[in-house]
Amino acid sequence: MKRDSIPEVIAFLRDDARCRFGCLIDICGADYPERDERFDVVYHLLSPWLNQRIRVRATARAETPVPSIVELFPAANWFEREAYDLYGILFEGHPDLRRLLTDYGFQGHPLRKDFPLTGFVELRYDDELKRVVYEPVKLMQEYRSFDFLSPWEGMDTAIPGDEKAGEAPDRKGEP
Amino acid sequence: MGLMPEPLFETEGKPGGLITTPGATSFGVFSDELADKGFLLTTADDLINWARTGSLMWMTFGLACCAVEMMQSSMPRYDLERFGFAPRGSPRQSDVMIVAGTLCNKMAPALRKVYDQMPEPRYVISMGSCANGGGYYHYSYSVVRGCDRIVPVDIYVPGCPPTAEALVYGVLLLQKKIRRTGTIER
Repeated sequence: MKRDSIPEVIAFLRDDARCRFGCLIDICGADYPERDERFDVVYHLLSPWLNQRIRVRATARAETPVPSIVELFPAANWFEREAYDLYGILFEGHPDLRRLLTDYGFQGHPLRKDFPLTGFVELRYDDELKRVVYEPVKLMQEYRSFDFLSPWEGMDTAIPGDEKAGEAPDRKGEP
Repeated sequence: MGLMPEPLFETEGKPGGLITTPGATSFGVFSDELADKGFLLTTADDLINWARTGSLMWMTFGLACCAVEMMQSSMPRYDLERFGFAPRGSPRQSDVMIVAGTLCNKMAPALRKVYDQMPEPRYVISMGSCANGGGYYHYSYSVVRGCDRIVPVDIYVPGCPPTAEALVYGVLLLQKKIRRTGTIER
């Protein structure tokens, strides 16, 4: 789907008698960092009259804005703010493109693949300043990944202790 | 003697002592003394502690799924009000805050503000692993790694979410702690 034709397509899907997708279910983003136009903007629509659902996708860069569909669906307002907040996708013609979910003064877009899981700042109450202060993240213990034990990974890697399986000495006679 | 000489759930002095219902022994002591002399003696500290533990007003601070268990513990099955532990809408009228659920970065200043509005003496129960130490979201960019980074916590209730019974036990422990600390100043 061409990015610039999004409002026309959505308007057609909403108004045409054979479609009547009058219900905007969701607008969400997706990040594919290896692509040039790294973001997908995905529109989900429902036609309650025909009992049909449709998904419309468009691609975008961080710099190239996507035309807003707030004029067509007022429900798109917060969905677009959410996509802007979490992915940094810009929407052209949005009346009030502010952050929606993340903290006040938050830096970065957390659902991008290059955003670190633990973020950059953490909070603490400072007893001297008598207020909550932000500090760089300092973790007591690194994040641990237990993927090698996951039954969904196919168990093709050796489990710790497997190397001892064949070499068990004969323990008979020992105390 | 104090009004509540026996701590909760203390066993009687017999070998293999039975677990008595809270206050049962002390009630016997009271009624005997009252029948003998016609009056009771106590100290002001004990009286204040008794009054304080008997009417802990808790402020609802439900943040996530733990709040459901918090509601459950004040519903008829567990009925926290029989311990005088009644919900209160306003922080300015409450003694205890139960932090029930995940504390997000965005919520943390509000939590602190609400805590600052509570009058002394004030207590905090941290409920569930998210409030205790971040829990499942410990490595998340948007979650405070334990609400003790923001407010001082008296009782930690573990679990994900803790059962209503666990919260009731936490409340009893808080009462025990207040009784044991036993000072007017916090």
